[in-house]
Amino acid sequence: MLANAFCRAIAIAAILIAFALPAFAGPFEDAVGKFANDEFSDTEEAIGVVAASGNPLAYPIISALQEERLMADPDTKKVYIKQADGKIIDAATGEAVAALPDRASAVSLNNRLRRTLDAALGGLTLLSPDPATRITAAQSVFKSREESVLPTVESALAKETNKAAKTALGEARAAILLFKPDASEVDKLEAVATIKARGDQEAMAMLSAVGSDQPQSVVKAAAAGVSAIQSKLAMWSGVQNAWYGLSLGSVLLLAAIGLAITFGVMGVINMAHGEMVMLGAYTTFVVQDLIRSNNPALFDYSLLIAVPLAFLVAGLVGILVERTIIRFLYGRPLETLLATWGLSLILQQAVRSAFGPTNREVGNPSWMSGAFELGQITITYNRLWILCFTLAVFALLLLMLRFTALGLEMRAVTQNRRMAASMGIATSRVDALTFGLGSGIAGIAGVALSQIDNVSPNLGQSYIIDSFMVVVFGGVGNLWGTLVGAFTLGIANKFLEPVAGAVLGKIAILVLIILFIQKRPRGLFALKGRAVEA
Amino acid sequence: MHIQTTHDVATPISRRRWLAATAGLVLGLAGITGAKAADDTIKVGVLHSLSGTMAISETTLKDTILFLIDEQNKKGGVLGKKLEAVVVDPASNWPLFAEKARELITKDKVAVVFGCWTSVSRKSVLPVFKELNSILFYPVQYEGEESERNVFYTGAAPNQQAIPAVDYLMKEEKVKRWVLAGTDYVYPRTTNKILEAYLKSKGVAQDDIMINYTPFGHSDWQTIVADIKKFGSAGKKTAVVSTINGDANVPFYKELGNQGIKATDIPVVAFSVGEEELAGIDTKPLVGHLAAWNYFESIKTPANEKFIKEWQAYTKNPKRTTNDPMEAHVIGFAMWVKAVEKVKSTDPDKVIDALPGIEAPNLTGGISKMLPNHHITKPVFIGEIKADGQFNVVYKTKDLVPGDAWSKELEGSKDLIGDWVGKKCGNYNVKTNKCLGSGT
Repeated sequence: MLANAFCRAIAIAAILIAFALPAFAGPFEDAVGKFANDEFSDTEEAIGVVAASGNPLAYPIISALQEERLMADPDTKKVYIKQADGKIIDAATGEAVAALPDRASAVSLNNRLRRTLDAALGGLTLLSPDPATRITAAQSVFKSREESVLPTVESALAKETNKAAKTALGEARAAILLFKPDASEVDKLEAVATIKARGDQEAMAMLSAVGSDQPQSVVKAAAAGVSAIQSKLAMWSGVQNAWYGLSLGSVLLLAAIGLAITFGVMGVINMAHGEMVMLGAYTTFVVQDLIRSNNPALFDYSLLIAVPLAFLVAGLVGILVERTIIRFLYGRPLETLLATWGLSLILQQAVRSAFGPTNREVGNPSWMSGAFELGQITITYNRLWILCFTLAVFALLLLMLRFTALGLEMRAVTQNRRMAASMGIATSRVDALTFGLGSGIAGIAGVALSQIDNVSPNLGQSYIIDSFMVVVFGGVGNLWGTLVGAFTLGIANKFLEPVAGAVLGKIAILVLIILFIQKRPRGLFALKGRAVEA
Repeated sequence: MHIQTTHDVATPISRRRWLAATAGLVLGLAGITGAKAADDTIKVGVLHSLSGTMAISETTLKDTILFLIDEQNKKGGVLGKKLEAVVVDPASNWPLFAEKARELITKDKVAVVFGCWTSVSRKSVLPVFKELNSILFYPVQYEGEESERNVFYTGAAPNQQAIPAVDYLMKEEKVKRWVLAGTDYVYPRTTNKILEAYLKSKGVAQDDIMINYTPFGHSDWQTIVADIKKFGSAGKKTAVVSTINGDANVPFYKELGNQGIKATDIPVVAFSVGEEELAGIDTKPLVGHLAAWNYFESIKTPANEKFIKEWQAYTKNPKRTTNDPMEAHVIGFAMWVKAVEKVKSTDPDKVIDALPGIEAPNLTGGISKMLPNHHITKPVFIGEIKADGQFNVVYKTKDLVPGDAWSKELEGSKDLIGDWVGKKCGNYNVKTNKCLGSGT
């Protein structure tokens, strides 16, 4: 009530001031008022006027609009800026306001307005003291090619000392000049050269857009630029496919690595392996959910917290499953297959009942979002981290099997159970721990996969076939085989996909594996020696 | 494509027909006696998967029907009788859909069935509904090219979703190059075929259309997103029309966001992504991408606000979203109730004949009408994804669009109409004036 009264008082005061000092109610104030109509055409008009006004409030208004912090009250037609720190100011006057009116809502945007905004914001921040902001501004000018900011670009270019910013501004200027009808032919040719030097897909897009209405020499130069960039990009596309292959391979490896233990080393056909992955993903969801509600500052560390927890959850479920079901079925692969298949359905339905059938949102921490450019290929951070993470898990597992007492016992039991038992190893305890380890690693895989896939009860199903494929292809019982198998399949898939399409590519891979298994039934790296017959 | 004419097939089919008619008669009699034996409730079948891959989408629709029945019973039911839901779980298993449908009709003696999501499940139950002569309300947008006497299609046909969306992009975003990306099954393939024909009729060159299919549940989108980026760098405004289904959308949008494709550069308009699907994604990188539907939760009408409030109260979840197929069930249910009350009977033949022409308000402020081809009239909305996972409506068709059972864009179907009132035929050829087999 009090806030309302206060607002009304301010509104009345504002009206009084507006009447008393008509000189103040200039085009800027009129334009700001237009935001309150919340019509796309009015908003567009207002953006143009505000951006060109030179008013110190122009930048706060435009940036607030872009981030949907510009609030408008449809009743009083007043417009407010909700600042990043939560304070409210009146957009027309810049005065602080105690609280937002109840009916105020964010001014809505569509894609065309967002483009207009990007361009306006680019023009407004070209002279910012921060070089990174200047580069972003120059890039948005490059995209929008807004002619009206050309003088600003040129004055910024003259003052610029930062090398990267200078290049970006130069490119922005070239982009404007290339499409400015009254620019001279010399300027345009120079612009084509500058854009060609940039050499990426956006440059190619811009040069391809040069129409036949341009001077003959410019059209020719642009066409030459396009073909030069094209041949350069074609070279990079091989590198790009290889990277995509590595990244797909790392996902396959991560999903299969736990199975390489339970199936590869222990020989248990574990159809519930995918569900262990799913449990890991849901652990991540629960961890993030708790962090969101209790301590949002920790969000960037949520995955680090989730990794050990997922290992524990999936590992314990694995041990429980081994003790209650699988240990009665050793040496009976068909029964194991059916029992674990049933188990996978039970686990899926249990998760569905507990968390609901819909996808759960697992967010990417800031260090796993976005991408960077390496030459002409885009490398996304989440894929890069998953690759590193997979290799780390693989290395740790290898070291564990090689250098710890448990690792030694595991190898002993799986190679010759009776001999190991007679040496005093508690084989059934080792079985349980081995199965727990395999399941735990599947749980860790779930944490990573939650970053790129859906967290739904069906998550595991989409990986189970691929996992078996990798383990069988690589050679049962050999971790290195799993590694090589995963990356081979990943890379082969990614080189086939652009040629054959995703569906045919996948079929082709399956056919190749069938042929390969015909030739080498024990996979890439077959185990040799007596252990095989045991 | 059908090339047979009616008199050619009359002899071989007549015996089967006779059998079907007898079976129908026997079962019909059984149904009547059963109905007499059954007490004072009218049973309503709910045929939606509650487990398996489709549970993610279909569970909500089961809840919707239960909610609608609950509301109707509060108003005193239908014809003085309470409605009673019979819920079965076909478990995302297409043949099981047919079995469960048979069980609902013969064993539980339901008066009507609300159900199915995927086209393949609908095709699987179709023979059952024809043979046992019952009624199915199908609430999901689909590829069209079908009109059956026993099925009422309350979701969008391609001309009520895909074509207006493409028109919007052409007009508002000046899109010149098109990527048609879809999951590899019947709905995307047919829709893309229709869209390709439509785009070509609008003067788009073959080189400016890229068609891409992916397997169900595809999760590695790196190559395809890079291809889209490359396709989009030809100097013409590019857009993606996505018929990617279900779970594959999340990794697709994540990859788009991570590779930095913004809606202002290459907008993606999706036909299978609604509020429910967005609930599982961080939507901030997706702001501005589009979806075309006949309903959005964010549409502000008194009817919609009331529905959302009651729905959230019924599910005891103040964050529960609503979506387009739910609205289709709301309309379909209301139409069925009106038709039953009009003929004062739940007898399928009477209700089927009464339904065309029945009108029911939709949640976005218009009045939808059941057409003779068993499709309905709907408004088309284009929405942009907002940061909170809701949609901001940027375009709305002026009038309600009548659903076409047979696409006008395709060579094989442009002369066909479905008309169960005058012609009594689902695929009547207006050029040759012949019914191509799906008549009564």
